[in-house]
Amino acid sequence: MFRNRTRSLVVSLCAAGLLAGCAGDGGGVQSQKLSTITGRGKLICGVEGKLPGFSFVGPDGKYLGLDVDVCKAVAAAVLGDPEKVEYRDLNSSERFAALASGEVDLLSRNTTMTLSRDAAGGNGLSFAPTTFYDGQGVLVPVASGIKDLKGLAGKTICVESGTTTELNLADRMREQNIPYTPLKFQTSDQTFAAYLGDRCVAVTSDRSQLAGKRTSFPKPDAHTLLPVVMSKEPLTPATTNGDPAWADAVRWIVYGLMQAEESGITQANVDAKLAEAKANTNQADLRRFLGVEGDFGKQLGLPPDFVVKAVKAVGNYGEIFDRNVGPASALKLDRGLNRQWKDGGLIYSPPFR
Amino acid sequence: MAPVPPADPAPRPAPPPSPPWWRDRRIVPWVVQAVVGLLVLLLIAFLLGNLVRNLTAAGLLLSWRWLQQPAGFDISESVIPFNAQLPYWRALAAGLVNTIRAVLVGLVGATLLGTLVGMASFSHNGLLRRLARVYVEVVRNIPLLLQLVFWYFVVFLSFPNGVAAIQLPGVVLAKSGLYIAGFGEGLRWMGPTLVNGVWQAPVRLSVEFGALLTGLIVYSGAFIAEVVRGGIAAVPKGQWEAASSLGLSWFATLRRIVLPQSLRVIVPGLNTQYISLAKNSSLAVAVGYTDLYSVAETTLNQTGRAVEVILVLLAAYLTLDLLISALMNGLNHLVQIRER
Repeated sequence: MFRNRTRSLVVSLCAAGLLAGCAGDGGGVQSQKLSTITGRGKLICGVEGKLPGFSFVGPDGKYLGLDVDVCKAVAAAVLGDPEKVEYRDLNSSERFAALASGEVDLLSRNTTMTLSRDAAGGNGLSFAPTTFYDGQGVLVPVASGIKDLKGLAGKTICVESGTTTELNLADRMREQNIPYTPLKFQTSDQTFAAYLGDRCVAVTSDRSQLAGKRTSFPKPDAHTLLPVVMSKEPLTPATTNGDPAWADAVRWIVYGLMQAEESGITQANVDAKLAEAKANTNQADLRRFLGVEGDFGKQLGLPPDFVVKAVKAVGNYGEIFDRNVGPASALKLDRGLNRQWKDGGLIYSPPFR
Repeated sequence: MAPVPPADPAPRPAPPPSPPWWRDRRIVPWVVQAVVGLLVLLLIAFLLGNLVRNLTAAGLLLSWRWLQQPAGFDISESVIPFNAQLPYWRALAAGLVNTIRAVLVGLVGATLLGTLVGMASFSHNGLLRRLARVYVEVVRNIPLLLQLVFWYFVVFLSFPNGVAAIQLPGVVLAKSGLYIAGFGEGLRWMGPTLVNGVWQAPVRLSVEFGALLTGLIVYSGAFIAEVVRGGIAAVPKGQWEAASSLGLSWFATLRRIVLPQSLRVIVPGLNTQYISLAKNSSLAVAVGYTDLYSVAETTLNQTGRAVEVILVLLAAYLTLDLLISALMNGLNHLVQIRER
C-alpha cells in the first residue's frame, strides 16, 4: 500500500515535470526532441544550401556537402536511414531564430561557435563538436594587385550581414587603423553577386566558404585568397540549450565519426569490423564503440549500434572531409587544422567509455 | 367651516410594470459592452502573461541593457556620425536616419513622377498616353523586390568604375556612386578626384541608395499615377469644356482648373501610397543599403534579443507611418470643400 502510494506520487511528480530525470524503469533518456523526431520519422536540418563543399544542391537535386553529411549521420544514427532528412535553407540572420523556435532540429550550417551564441543569456545554443576549423579570409581579384589588408585602405569590402565575419572585419581594420567601407548583404548569393559585379574590391568570409564559392565563379583563377587569417572560425553544428539530452546525442554522434577515423573504421570496412568485434570478446574498446557490449546507445537515447549506422551512411570524419572539401573535391582544401590529433590536428574525440 | 377638501383627481392609469432588467434597453447595451470589453481585456492579459511567462522560462525576459553596449560593426553610409565603438542605440538611430532619408526623397520623387504620368494619361498625344499605360501596367505588376534587384545588379552595377567612370564637370557617375562637387574641408570648393583608384568628393550618393531610391520611386510612381488619373477623371467633363471655351491651353486647364479640384479625390489615395512607400523601404537590405531594418537585423543576430529588436522595429515603422498619415490627413482637411 505504502509502496503504491509512493509510486503514484513519483508518477504524478514526473507528469508535472517537477522531478528532472525521472525516467522510470526504461533507463533511457527523456528527450522531447528525440521523441518528436522518431515520431515524425524524419530529421529537420537547417543548412546554408548554396555553399559548395558544405551544403548545396547537386546536379541530381540532392543535397551534398560536409554539413549535409553531418545531418545524414545524425538521421542514420537516430532513425536508421540517412535519407530521412528534410533540409531547410537558412540565411545567416534566420538561422538562430529557426533553431530557437524549433523549426529545425539541428543547425548544421557553417556556424562559428562563440561565447555569446553559446551563453544562455545570449543566443542560448548548445554546440556539438567542431566539424571544421576555419579562419576568416579575404578574396580579391588577382588583377587588383592587393597583397595584404593595408592594400584595402579606402576600398569597399563586401560582407554578409549578421555574421561574426562582419565584426572581425571591423575589429581588424580598427586595430590597424585602415579606413574602409563595408557593404552588407543578407545572403551570400547577393554578397558574391556584388563582388563579381565589381561593386567591391574584396569580399571577406570564412576561407573555406571563399574557396567553395570561388569554384562557381566564371573564372576561378582570376581571384586569390590573401594570406591573412583574420580570426578563428570553428564551424560547429548546434542545437538549443532547451534539450540537453538531444544535444548530447548529436555531440556523440559527431564524436563517433571522428573516433571512427581514429580507430580506422571506414564506410567500406565497418561491417567487417563489426563482425570482428562480435567474434573477439577481448576487443573491449571496439565492442563498446560499435555497440556490441555496454549500453552507450541507450544512455544517449539512441540505438546501441548508432556509430555503425552513422559510419555506414556517410563514412568516418576523414572520408567526409576528403569527399566534400578535400583532395577529392573541387575545393581541394588541405586538412590543415582539421587533421586528427595524432597527426597534429585538432580533431579529437573524447573516449567512448 | 372647514374648507372642503378638493376632490380627488381622477385616478391615473397605473404605470406599466417596468420590464425585467435583461430586457431593458437602457441596461442591456451596457452589460453587453462590459462583457465584451472584459473578454478582450482577458484575452490581452492572457497573451501578455503567456509572453512574459515563456520569455522568463527561456531566460529572455525583456531587457534593454544591450542598447548601451558597443555595436562593434561599421555602417557604410551614415548621415549622423557613427563608428563601431558607439552603442547599439546609435547604430539603430543611424539606420533610422538612413530610412527617413530614403523615404523623404522617395516621397517627393514618386509624387512628381506619379503626377506627371497621371497627367500624361489624359494627354492629346496618343503615344504619350499609351506610354503612360505601359509604364503603369508593367511596373505595378512586377514585385518590388525583383525590381530593386534589377535596378541594383543589372543597371547600377553596370556603370564603369575608376578612371572609366562617366565624368561631367563637377559630377562623376561611377559604379561606386554619384560624386558631386561641393565645399569640402576648410570650405574649399572641391570637385570629384580619383585617389588611389577610389573617387572622392564632398557630396557622395552611393549606388545602393540610388538603386533603392530608383526602385521605390518607379514602383510607387506607378500607383500614384493611377491615383492621380482617378482624381482627374473625377472632375466633371464640363470643367474641361468650360476652360477650353475660355481659350485655356490643355496644360493650363489641367494646372489651373482640373488638378486643384481633383486634389480632394487624390489626397486620401495618396496617403495609402505614401505609407506603402515608407514600409517598402525596408527592402533596402536586398541591395546593400544600410537602413533601419538592416541594422536591426545585424543587432538581433549579435545580441540575440529578438523580441526587443522587433519591438523597436515595430515602434519605429508605426511611428513613421502614423506621422505620414497625420500629415496627409491635415492636408486632406485643407483641400476639402468648405461647406458654408
